[in-house]
Amino acid sequence: MVTLTINGKVVQAEKGEYLLAVIRRMGIDVPALCHHEAVEPYGGCRLCMVEITKESWNGWKNHVTACLYPAEQDLIVSTHSDTIIELRKSLLDLFLARNPHTPLIQKLAAEHGLTKTTFEVVPEPNDCILCGICTRVCDEMGFSAISMVNRGHGREVAPPLHQPPPACVGCLACAQACPTRYIKYEDNGATRKIWDRTFELLTCEKTGRPTITREFAEYLSEHRDLPKEYFRVNDESHRGELVSTMAAITRWSVTEEKK
Amino acid sequence: MRIESEKQLRDYRKKLVDADRKLTKKIMVCHGPGCLASGSEQISEEFTKQLAKKRIAGVTVEAVKKTGCHSFCEKSPLVAIEPAQILYTKVKVKDVAEIIEKSVAGDEVIERLVYHDPHSNEAIATYPDVPFYKYQTRLALRNLGKINACDIDDYIRVGGYDGAAKALLHMTPENVIDEITKSNLRGRGGGGFPAGRKWASCRAVESDVRYVVCNGDEGDPGAFMDRAIMEGDPHTVLEGMVVAAFAVGANDGYIYVREEYPLAVINLQKAIEQAEGLGLLGDNILGTGFSLRIHINRGAGAFVCGESSALMLSVAGNVGEPRAKYVRSVVKGLWDKPTVLNNVETYANVPLIITNGAEWFTSIGAPKNAGTKAFSLVGKVRHTGLIEVPMGTTLRRIVFDIGGGLLKDRPFKGVQTGGPSGGCLAEKHLDLSVDFDTLTTHGSMMGSGGMIVMDDRTCMVDVAKYFLSFLVSESCGKCIPCREGLYQLHKLAIAISEGRGTEQDIEKMERLSEMVVLGSLCGLGKSGPNPFLSTISNFRDEYLAHIRDHRCPAGVCRELITYEINPEKCDGCMACISACAVHAITGRKTKPHVINQELCTKCGACVAACTRDAIAVF
Repeated sequence: MVTLTINGKVVQAEKGEYLLAVIRRMGIDVPALCHHEAVEPYGGCRLCMVEITKESWNGWKNHVTACLYPAEQDLIVSTHSDTIIELRKSLLDLFLARNPHTPLIQKLAAEHGLTKTTFEVVPEPNDCILCGICTRVCDEMGFSAISMVNRGHGREVAPPLHQPPPACVGCLACAQACPTRYIKYEDNGATRKIWDRTFELLTCEKTGRPTITREFAEYLSEHRDLPKEYFRVNDESHRGELVSTMAAITRWSVTEEKK
Repeated sequence: MRIESEKQLRDYRKKLVDADRKLTKKIMVCHGPGCLASGSEQISEEFTKQLAKKRIAGVTVEAVKKTGCHSFCEKSPLVAIEPAQILYTKVKVKDVAEIIEKSVAGDEVIERLVYHDPHSNEAIATYPDVPFYKYQTRLALRNLGKINACDIDDYIRVGGYDGAAKALLHMTPENVIDEITKSNLRGRGGGGFPAGRKWASCRAVESDVRYVVCNGDEGDPGAFMDRAIMEGDPHTVLEGMVVAAFAVGANDGYIYVREEYPLAVINLQKAIEQAEGLGLLGDNILGTGFSLRIHINRGAGAFVCGESSALMLSVAGNVGEPRAKYVRSVVKGLWDKPTVLNNVETYANVPLIITNGAEWFTSIGAPKNAGTKAFSLVGKVRHTGLIEVPMGTTLRRIVFDIGGGLLKDRPFKGVQTGGPSGGCLAEKHLDLSVDFDTLTTHGSMMGSGGMIVMDDRTCMVDVAKYFLSFLVSESCGKCIPCREGLYQLHKLAIAISEGRGTEQDIEKMERLSEMVVLGSLCGLGKSGPNPFLSTISNFRDEYLAHIRDHRCPAGVCRELITYEINPEKCDGCMACISACAVHAITGRKTKPHVINQELCTKCGACVAACTRDAIAVF
């Protein structure tokens, strides 16, 4: 255990635990758009940046992303210094120029006193905030069906060559994890359409309602050594938890395999 | 054969030196990229062909050396005759016979082919007297132009692998790290981080596996120092890596070379094979039991892959995107193992420091900035090329003495150092000492060593716009301040260059720049606003002229300029009429011509075509 100070309060944390977890445990509100419990921290949105220093640093300060900085003994963290607030506002200003119509961004910006971007809105704005949660979840699940393509301002999330991705099993993890609900899919009871691919849905034996896709069930029974019936429940009942459940299962079975 | 002891290395070298003494003359033909492009391959072939036919005592075909870059690229193709140190510039295949007859068989200098001082037109026959070379101190570039890059014997003959032998046979890894630390060798890739400290912290991490990596990505527009070293003296890079690997305890090394440098890949590959053949690389180096395998990785041409964490991910086969470096790569680098990553030029300095000692190295250069730095000198300077000067040399010496001043003696405006994310220094900075610390204090940086000289016809708003556009497209796009912030900075710079900007825009750009510097994940973003920040601090007037007067003082920004023909000067030669692609110029022969401003696209072709300087830019 290490002892550190966050916003003037002395707290204990596991050594190496990321600051964001400690901060959130204390009930302090620090925004983070690219952070998701199911996947490794990324440091892309920069909103969780905090100011850090130590007595021994002689006044020298550093600005780091709380999602990636490990808790250290004697660290002095400030989550809402003037510079940090100014930085968050500028970042949200830039987000608003890219995603002007996205409710999540509008809400977060409004909380920081911004209703409209001070910059030029990009041509053809959309709701993708490029947080990379979808691609990382897809990687974590073991499919890597979608990824970030192009670099710089032309960056976007897409399947290879913008074609229906062969590696996709229609698990919906990407769509469920997307904080802005930008990734669209259609379920009509018998089939599911996502990334321009159509999957057949299995039916829950008890309720007769659709469950997961045949491809996903096959994948799980083949690669994860789980009975086929394991997932034959209605996934609507645990939409929100699906991603983390899947990720946990994936991780668990990967560690099992290694053993 | 394999060299397995110091004595064997010494004997091997003695044999090579003796064989070399038999050659009374040597013909060094530059095979650097500039010279190759102007036909040096044909020139060296012609020399070989003619020497094979002609019998000259002491001169066999071995006398022709295909060397690395002679560095005076402006005057390519270059041929030097040793030992007389004669330098022939702009040599053509048809000159070969004359050179053989007069300077190889005889001792005559062909005046027509030597360098002529642009001011006095005086002929200067030997290269140490040419101002371009006179003020240089070449350490990292010591072997360029002196040895055949693809011949390990040439490298060994001039003292190659001596540093590695000394380190492996007479020093402990701790001794080596001590020596490098004492020499104060700082990272030549631009960061300036002390190499000794890096090596020591890597060695201190407990791990069964460690790696050494060489950064040969060099993505800066106009920079070619690392390329020249990898192509022209690949063994020095390998030797530096052997020493580093021995010091930190690594058995695998990776050289990351950008895809645009195919010749560097070929020459490095050959060098690795030759060194492994002689037992100077690979398993059981010099019979010491120490092994190092060096692998070459080719980068696919992403600027961000020069950033260390992105480079290591790229080597490991992932997308080259930076990651937060709160855990440093000396602790968790390539495949999460402790890794030392240095740049090509840094490694090139290592063998020299080991051979000559740290004290010798610190005696060169400036305080806290020991040694030399290589630069590629380009832009509106008379003598473009590759140079290496002691740290602390002034910009004035570089631009005016080595570079020979500005093209057509136009007024000097600024010099851009440190690559796209570096900064522009102004005339008042000409007497600054060029070293890591001084450049950083003045808002620029050393970077990898690109140096672009600008004259009064360079618009600084345009320069900022250009470098920002480069960075916008080369940003990996992972983090918002870099991806969106640089994009918005670029948009605002465009607005100013088109006369649509306001003074509030400047303030907005300054504020945004501050946030991009503060918020970005890696060095690319953190230094990304530099092109704007340095131009606004040194050339604010020029921004204001665009904003307040809708005028581009340098006559560059298309939206703000007009071309006009001065009827007094125009003799009606019709040259501009045929140069104009959009038929905006009309007039009859011998009568002054007129430009139709509605049609004019401001391409500048007419100005270039006019022989009487009759077209003015407003």
